[in-house]
Parts: sequence; structure tokens; C-alpha cells
Amino acid sequence: MKIAVLVKQVPDTDEERRLDPASGLLDRLAGENVADEINERALEVALSHKDSHKGTEVVVISLGPESVTKALRKVLSMGADSAVHVLDEALAGADAGRTAVVLAAAVKQAGVDLVVAGNESTDGRGGVVPAMVAEQLGLPHLSFLDAVEISAGSVTGERGTDSGSMVVSAPLPAVISVTERSAEARFPNFRGIMMAKRKPLSVVSLADLGMDPDFAGMGRSVVVTTSARPLRTAGKKIVDEGNAGTRLAEFLVAEQLV
Amino acid sequence: MNKILALIEMSGGEMCSTTPGLLAAAARLGTPVAVVAVAPGGGTGLVAELGSLGAEHVYLAESDQVGKLLVGPQLEALSAAMTALQPVAVVVANSAEGRDVAARLAARTRAGLIVDAVDVRSEGERIVATHSVFGGAYAVESTVEGAPAIVTVRQGAIEERANAATPAVTTVTVSADPAHSAVIESVSARDAGSDRPELRGAARVVSGGRGLGSRESFVLVEQLADALGAAVGASRAAVDAGYVAQTSQVGQTGITVSPQLYVALGISGAIQHRAGMQTAKTIVAINTDADAPIFDVADFGVVGDVFTVVPQLIEAIKARASR
Ligand SMILES: Cc1cc2nc3c(=O)[nH]c(=O)nc-3n(C[C@H](O)[C@H](O)[C@H](O)COP(=O)(O)OP(=O)(O)OC[C@H]3O[C@@H](n4cnc5c(N)ncnc54)[C@H](O)[C@@H]3O)c2cc1C
Ligand SMILES: Nc1ncnc2c1ncn2[C@@H]1O[C@H](COP(=O)(O)O)[C@@H](O)[C@H]1O
Repeated sequence: MKIAVLVKQVPDTDEERRLDPASGLLDRLAGENVADEINERALEVALSHKDSHKGTEVVVISLGPESVTKALRKVLSMGADSAVHVLDEALAGADAGRTAVVLAAAVKQAGVDLVVAGNESTDGRGGVVPAMVAEQLGLPHLSFLDAVEISAGSVTGERGTDSGSMVVSAPLPAVISVTERSAEARFPNFRGIMMAKRKPLSVVSLADLGMDPDFAGMGRSVVVTTSARPLRTAGKKIVDEGNAGTRLAEFLVAEQLV
Repeated sequence: MNKILALIEMSGGEMCSTTPGLLAAAARLGTPVAVVAVAPGGGTGLVAELGSLGAEHVYLAESDQVGKLLVGPQLEALSAAMTALQPVAVVVANSAEGRDVAARLAARTRAGLIVDAVDVRSEGERIVATHSVFGGAYAVESTVEGAPAIVTVRQGAIEERANAATPAVTTVTVSADPAHSAVIESVSARDAGSDRPELRGAARVVSGGRGLGSRESFVLVEQLADALGAAVGASRAAVDAGYVAQTSQVGQTGITVSPQLYVALGISGAIQHRAGMQTAKTIVAINTDADAPIFDVADFGVVGDVFTVVPQLIEAIKARASR
């Protein structure tokens, strides 16, 4: 079985993240860029299948700027077999729609049985790219899965809903997206890190994928304005001397909150 | 006038709580058309209620695949309504199902997609959406080039209600290609649970973190929530430790709340937690560690033990209530 994992590089959520006020786009230079944690969990789904099914091949696919290489080397060191980096100037600031058509083309070129993505990225929080990829490829999509089971010809998973949970399934090929309830990712070991340096990482352009860089006839979303909100400041802080509960209640009363 | 489609989601035979806000958003942008996928014959009971919430037209798409295929029937319903009614925009809840449907519809029609709007308005010919980014640190406005616009609206973000209307009704039959849809094998309902307010959109929230120490002690969070009439939230660490269900998680990868009052008990205030609550009007924190980052955003911070401070607080609130 061949599995593609869609990996997005995002700013580390442990740090202050910034938007460029002029373009409204992510300031990618502001902090450390990493493979999104949710995509490491997506990779774990593929790798744990590979652990128990020899002959499974895992390819990671990412669309993004030059710096994506670092995230790709990391996931290669965790155990993916190869990587595809879609890099093209025409993709700077690509919205979800453009991102998805291009990822779909890259998935098609890779020729896989299963596509695993994260449910939503931590920077955009869009949660739409996997469904768009599925639509482009004409495949079923099992979204927001908390747990996944892959068999030879099908995939099954459990997803939370507003009122409970449901079990969903689809024959392969299919696209799935997983939530942070799915298993935490393994750490790369020394051997993995050494091997990652020699694993194939191919960089492809829109031309290599046979795609029109103008995306003629496609609508797109664009940012009109961006403004930073004032930062919150710390208010009153008291140390409990036996009456903090009462004093807190007085504060809530004064603020008309009780 | 310009037609605006609103996808009405159903859950367990009932319209989802996102319905009134979505129809209000649609009414702001043009003439609201409620689109709903139902089992054959299952829609007639919905028409009056949709009208009372502002729908001027109800588009009932009947399919025997409803409840059997994931997303497919809802997607075909909207797709058929789009072809028939040529709307200028489509609004959908930013829920799991809503996003799946909106995403597939945008990919299929090559329309522009706006995700997670907290507000929408029309500006001449175009539709402008507001987003709250990185936990409210930025307000971003976006629009769509090339019509129509497909917009997912954050649940609970739009509180206004549209004026009631007497809707026209169209009934059609739709069918999804089973080869493109996942199959729903089974559905299990969560325990009816409590009559506490829903976390999303709650006016008051009391959240507990790892500092609560155990599932048993997490009851303290619920007790304070009940004393305040608040919803219960949690940090990811508390969810991971199994103190409380994941549906209570507040933060970067959980629910974003913007209540009048947010109380953080035994929560350090990691940046990913703050991303989900820092737009609250008033923030109160109780933590034994005077250096916990939650105090940087708290209007009233107590350096103390939740197990002594909270019971005293509950007593004080109760004493006041019974006065
Ligand atoms: C990609 C990513 C996404 C994430 N998303 C989220 C998210 O959505 N939501 C979220 O919450 N986190 C999220 N996190 C995790 C986040 O980084 C923190 O690990 C988490 O918020 C910590 O939870 P906590 O404050 O309960 O635990 P801790 O950081 O362990 O803090 C516990 C606090 O309790 C205090 N305490 C202990 N005992 C007592 C007592 N008796 N009385 C009072 N105080 C006490 C301690 O002083 C401490 O400050 C995410 C992380 C990543 C990497
Ligand atoms: N630029 C990208 N490159 C690779 N995968 C992506 C990209 N953007 C989104 N994805 C995938 O789609 C998931 C959801 O992303 P989003 O819809 O942006 O929230 C991510 O977790 C990734 O698996």
C-alpha cells in the first residue's frame, strides 16, 4: 500500500505568531517554522500501519516556501520513505482552493491508495484543504477522525459530532483527516536522522505538475485589511491569606458578574 | 434581491443550534434561502420554524441517503440549490460537517471560500468577512474575488436574529454518488449530560487544568460553574489526563470562547490555551504559581490553592444569592 501524508509547515505555536500588516499574510520569518503537530500525528497513522504491514510506502507531500525542506527532513527522519515539495513563486499567498488543487495534482502524480491529512492547521485553522483535495480527486473523505483503522481495501474511523460520535468507513482509495485525539507521533531516532539525509526529496514546480500558474476561472479569497488588537494587560493580583475566595467574590459583585 | 443560501444542519432529527445565526447572517447579505437535506417527506415540519428564523425560501432536498452517507446529501442539496437559484453567496456553519460541505462545494464550483468568519457584511457588490486570528490577536477582513462567495461562519459568533418571514417552499430530490462519499456505519449519542450551558457561545465559562490533579477533584470546577451558571471548559492537559471530555477543551486546537467572564482554575496559561480565551471580557485566574503566565492576562488573579480558594468563593456566592 502507498500512503501520502499531507504536511504543512507552520509557525511554532509556542512562540508569538505575527501577521504582516501590509499583506495580511503570515510573517514566516518571525519565529521558528515547524511541521504542524497535527501532521506528525497524521504521519503516525501511516507509520504505525507500515510497522505492521511490510511493503507499505509512505510519501509526504508539502506545498510551501523554501523553508519547508526542514519540516520535510524531520518527517523523513521519523520514518517516511520519500518527500515531495511543491515549490513555485506563483503559489506565494495561495488560498485554500489553490493549495488544494495543487496538492491534489501532486497526490495524483504520486499515485497512492490513501491520503492522510490533519483536520485543521494551527496557523490558518481552516480545516478545509483535505475535503477540497478529496473533491478534486473524486474520492471519499473521512474527516475529523479521532481513531483510524486501515485494512487492505478500506479505511474506518471514529469521529466526534456535536451530539456524540459516529463510525464512518470508505473503500480505498480515500482521503482521511485526523484530530489531535489520534495517537501522538514517535520521535526520530539517531538512525532515522542519519537515514533521512539520503532519502529522496523531490522539488516540483507547477509546470512539473502540468498546472496553469494563473488558475484561470478560479475564485479566490483575499485579505482586505489586517489590524492588531491591543494586547491584554495584567490586572490585580492578590496572594491568598485565607480570605482570597471572599475577596474574589467581592470583585465579581463589583463587576456585576454575580 | 440577491439570494443567499444557508445550509441548515440537522442532528438527531433536530435543526442544529447554528441555524438562527446563519439565517441572520444570510439576511444581512440578501434574501435568505434555507437549504436542508432531509429524508423523503421529512422536511415539512421544518418550514414554519425556518420561516420564524427569517428564511424567505426553504429549499428541501430530499434524499434517502440522509444519515447514511457522510456529507454527500448536504453537498448535493447545496449544489442543486446553487444551480437552480444562482446565489451571490452561500453561508455554512464552521462545524465539521459544514466545513466539509463548503470545501467540497467550493472545489466543485471553483468558487472562492472564506473560512471561520466571525462577522459578515456586504460592501457594494462584494461580501466582506471579519476573522479573529491567533486567538484574537488580529482582526482580519477578507473578501472573495470571482462570485459566488462560500463562507463558513464561526458557531455562536452572530447573535442577532432575522425578522420572521413566510417562506416559499421548493422540494427536490437529490442523490450523491456513493463512490465519492464515506458511509456512516453507526451513530452514538452522548449521554444527555447536564443542563449546564453549552461551552460554545457561553456567557460565563469556568475552566480547569492539570492543577485539579484528578478526575474526582475536577468536580470542583463543575461546582463553581454551577454556582455561577457557567459552562465547563478545560485545558488540553486536563483533557489528556482524562479529567474531562475533549469537547470541553478551550484553546488553539479546542473551542474558542469569548465570554463575559472566564475563570481559569489550575491552568498555567500556555500560549495555546490563551489563544482560545483571551478575548473574554473579564478573566479571573487561581493558581499556586505566582509566575504562571495566565496572570499576564487576568483582570483578577489569586495566587493560591484552588482547593481552599474555590470552596470559599462558592460559599460567598451562595451566601449572596440567598440574601
Ligand atoms: C499544537 C498544540 C496545540 C495545543 N492546543 C491546546 C489547546 O487547545 N488548549 C490548551 O489548553 N492547551 C493546548 N496545548 C497545550 C499547551 O501547550 C499546554 O500544555 C496546556 O495548556 C497546559 O495545560 P494546564 O495549564 O492545565 O497544565 P500545566 O501547564 O501543567 O499547568 C497546571 C497549573 O496548575 C497549577 N496548579 C497546580 N496545583 C494547583 C492547585 N492546587 N491550585 C491552583 N493551581 C494549581 C500549576 O501551578 C500550573 O500552573 C497545545 C499544545 C500544542 C503544541
Ligand atoms: N500547504 C500545505 N501543504 C501540505 N499539506 C497541507 C497544506 N495546507 C493544508 N494541508 C493539509 O491539510 C490539513 C488541514 O489544513 P487547513 O485546511 O489549512 O486547516 C493540514 O493539516 C495538512 O494535512
